[in-house]
Amino acid sequence: MSAAPQPDARALSRWRPPSAAIAILFAALVGGALVLASGVNPAEAYAQIFMGAFALDNWPNTLNWATPLVGMTLVAAIPLRGGMINLGGDGQLIIGALVAAIVAIYLPGPGPLVAIAALIAAAVAAGLYAALAAWGETRHGVPMLISSLLLSYPAVGVASYIVRFPLRDTTTGLPQTALVPEGARLMALNGVLNVGLILIAAIAALVLFVDRRTVVGYELHMRGINLRFAGYGGVRLDRQAMRIMFVSGAIAGLVGAIIVLGSQFRFIDDVLLTPSYTWSGLMAALLANGEPAGAILAGLFFAALQTGGFAMQRETSVPRVLTMVLQSIVILFLAVRHGAGKSRE
Amino acid sequence: MSGLITPFLMQSAVQAITPILLASLAGVLCGRVGVFNMALEGQMLIGAFAGVVGSYVTHSAAGGVAAAMLAAVVFSLILAYGATIFRGDSVVICIGMNLLASGLTAYLLRVMFGVSGTFSDPAIVSLAKIRITAIQDIPIVGWGFARQTPLTWAAWALVAIVSVVLFKTPLGLRLRGVGEQPDAAETLGIDVRAYRVVTVLVAGALAGLAGAQLSLGAVSVFAEDMTAGRGWIAVVAVMLGRRNPLYAAAACVLFGFADAFSVKLQSQGLPNQLTDISPYVVTLAALVLSHRRRTRALVSPEVAAATPGGMAEPQADAR
Repeated sequence: MSAAPQPDARALSRWRPPSAAIAILFAALVGGALVLASGVNPAEAYAQIFMGAFALDNWPNTLNWATPLVGMTLVAAIPLRGGMINLGGDGQLIIGALVAAIVAIYLPGPGPLVAIAALIAAAVAAGLYAALAAWGETRHGVPMLISSLLLSYPAVGVASYIVRFPLRDTTTGLPQTALVPEGARLMALNGVLNVGLILIAAIAALVLFVDRRTVVGYELHMRGINLRFAGYGGVRLDRQAMRIMFVSGAIAGLVGAIIVLGSQFRFIDDVLLTPSYTWSGLMAALLANGEPAGAILAGLFFAALQTGGFAMQRETSVPRVLTMVLQSIVILFLAVRHGAGKSRE
Repeated sequence: MSGLITPFLMQSAVQAITPILLASLAGVLCGRVGVFNMALEGQMLIGAFAGVVGSYVTHSAAGGVAAAMLAAVVFSLILAYGATIFRGDSVVICIGMNLLASGLTAYLLRVMFGVSGTFSDPAIVSLAKIRITAIQDIPIVGWGFARQTPLTWAAWALVAIVSVVLFKTPLGLRLRGVGEQPDAAETLGIDVRAYRVVTVLVAGALAGLAGAQLSLGAVSVFAEDMTAGRGWIAVVAVMLGRRNPLYAAAACVLFGFADAFSVKLQSQGLPNQLTDISPYVVTLAALVLSHRRRTRALVSPEVAAATPGGMAEPQADAR
């Protein structure tokens, strides 16, 4: 990410073990202190997390949790590869989910075609909304870092209004739309898993391929390393930013659509954002600094951590929000430590 | 106009301005010494939580305020040292801090009080309101300030204090020098890092006050993620105000009124899902409009510098 490390006395005198491992260890220690303070043996809490995530019976749950989380990891990782940050994943996910629900419920036609139309519509709508933030930066100079986040609030608010008033399923009394017709739902694979898993896996493979083997991927990486050099090299930076943000938002829209069409079968207000897929995904992407393979691995790791968190909460009464604390400590540790050898002044 | 601006609206606007104003002063201070503080949201949330805990434990609002400031300062150590001594990327650190604040307060809420979502208890003493009957009939300003917490008065006093310190004192000159020309400041014998660390910690105390106003001002309750984007609005106020406390305060007034109007619209029957978004829409509109007037200047150096991985602009500016 940064320039070649300069021979600075501090950096030379210190051998560095793999930083991610140290970060996880550090987070486990701080988290262990928090668990201890709540009167539970940390070793037991961590054992429950491990069993909850990796016991054979729990694999489907872990994968089911990983599907949206890895999806949102890609949402964050793609712009980050080019040095951009998309903080608006929540709004993009919500737009995708809502559009998918509307298309699937109201578009007539054979089920599978409706499902495909719903997925495409969700991706396009969310992609355009994300591209809006990039357009604001390139045309109006409004920093995308802030605008992508601020744009989330109107999207979430309007979606919440739509599902509470015009499109509410009045027969249930809850703020949710009618059910998606059975034909338009994503095919179930095995228990909780559905075709969405394969879709996200295919997108992840495609992102890896584009990153490693294509000009588009090379240009994006070049932008991330040195914006000016990419510009001198002939990359049209404004267009690139808009396209990248479109792709990032489109994946967020697909994640929303997959949740609606594959597991909830309707748009339910508030439940899409409570698992914080967007922020876990962002942290996973930051962990790998946008490098797709590392980001996907980190996303899988966080998915396992969070799935294990449910088991920990059930068995030891330690709140599973602890896993969010652990994730942010990992990121903070790496962010602070990463800078340690960086020579900037 | 008389129907639109009512005493109640003024009072709720001034109340809504206070936390954003305190947080944006924190952002202004950090920005002036060259640290881009995007963690205001998290610092406020920590302050709000510690404020409620402090008030609950000590049975006094002052205890709550002290706890809020202390906790926010301790929390700010991450940014103060991470972004200066360790030279970490301030954007990544701030994102991590915001998420840590959100997770940690939710965790502690469950472990300490056994509740999730919101926590309220009769033992939590909220901030007393200063009633000034002499001004309560003066239209607009009097309506707004006749019945507010000490923190509201402190916030506006701090606008003046920060302005004077920044622009009229040797200390302010050094602070601005640290931000604008760190090398020159260093040459003059100023310890740039020490100035940055201390400033970020002082700013943390201000963000803690903002959080205390949020949880102990109008209500006496802590709710998970109760800052609800106010820290981000404060970040925008700092940008719009070009790190000038007076201009940032003006932006905060705009956002505070947008907030108060949304409450008013809600009372007239509009669904709150729609009215709640008005501060954010106003914020976005202000960002776009302000750029129309002054091309490109909006993206302050540290925002440009803050883009992780993108080291094109900052390197040149830092020299």
